[in-house]
Amino acid sequence: MSASTPASTPAPTGADAAHHLAQINLGLLKAELDDPSMRGFTDQLEPVNALADRSPGFVWRLIEQGESDATRLRPFGPNTIINFSVWTDVDSLWDFTYRTDHLDLLRRRRTWFERMDGVLVALWWIPAGTIPTVEEAGRKLDLLREIGPSPEAFTLRTPFPPPASHPQHA
Amino acid sequence: MDHASIDAAHAAHTLADPLRRRLYEYVAAADDDVSRGEAADALGVQRTLAAHHLDKLAEAGLLEVTRRKVNGREGPGSGRPAKLYRRADRELSLHLPPRDYALAARVLAEAVERHGAEEALHAAAREEGRRIGAAAGRDAALPDLLRDRGYEPEPAGEALRLRNCPFHSLARAFPPLACGLNLELLRGVLEGRGEDGSRARMDPAEGRCCVTVSKNNED
Repeated sequence: MSASTPASTPAPTGADAAHHLAQINLGLLKAELDDPSMRGFTDQLEPVNALADRSPGFVWRLIEQGESDATRLRPFGPNTIINFSVWTDVDSLWDFTYRTDHLDLLRRRRTWFERMDGVLVALWWIPAGTIPTVEEAGRKLDLLREIGPSPEAFTLRTPFPPPASHPQHA
Repeated sequence: MDHASIDAAHAAHTLADPLRRRLYEYVAAADDDVSRGEAADALGVQRTLAAHHLDKLAEAGLLEVTRRKVNGREGPGSGRPAKLYRRADRELSLHLPPRDYALAARVLAEAVERHGAEEALHAAAREEGRRIGAAAGRDAALPDLLRDRGYEPEPAGEALRLRNCPFHSLARAFPPLACGLNLELLRGVLEGRGEDGSRARMDPAEGRCCVTVSKNNED
């Protein structure tokens, strides 16, 4: 894991030094990524990933070894791509998701992605400095499906604060 | 009637005074906090009169008050901090009897999202925009039309930046849906006026509408 934020950088508002925010979201492809109909999406992958990497509060995202992204990893099904990342806090993820060029991809998501029933996005707090696993992400999605948003797994629309804890270096 | 409705009625009553309304519009349009002297000078009225109305606007919750020393001096003899005004960051809508369109909008947005019906939403928004644009025609300047619809446009280089989002609450809860609706609506408005809809483009940033309108078609 390559934490992009130097230890001396002040934490953004709402951040908790002891916890980071993990997020996973799923997208069911309408066509394979090399299909011409997917160009509008695939052309934006690299610039938008680069934008994420340099966004305030970005910590980590899943990248396939030897590749620039994780679009070929399909742990949730052959046509389901995942976006799996870690942020310092909810506000940072919100700002990147909805206040950058990433919003335009979301606005046009029906061009490239099928509607899926159920829960496609899950957020949860992890101890800072750890990397979440795909299995963990799957459990969080299941938990959201079963009981709805809770401190264990939630969404951007219904966020929960990090677990109560003392800062690591207080 | 609930408290929000009473507040809205109070606010509407407060704004019924023409000078007060002009003061409110002046503060709302300003980039920075406004002092009593600035507001009085801008509207050509006495400072005490401006102060009276600004305080009434603050009492009604339409303006927020901050205090700051504006002359840069500190310490004894530098005077009291000036009272500064800015538009309150809250929404008021007045419906008598009460109507909760915001709730209906959230439920409809949720249904669109669940059904994956964004394309239908975009088409409907575009058509509504075309009707608005065609009804206004080209007689009204675009900035005036957008101002009337609550966008608070301001020139930004070769573009019109929109300082206010008329769908703010919905856009906080459902950003891709509300911003997508808004973009299509504005593209439709341009088309309804016989202009190029692609001049409206997504340009999200904190604290303003997610759409910017280029001044020419070459952007």
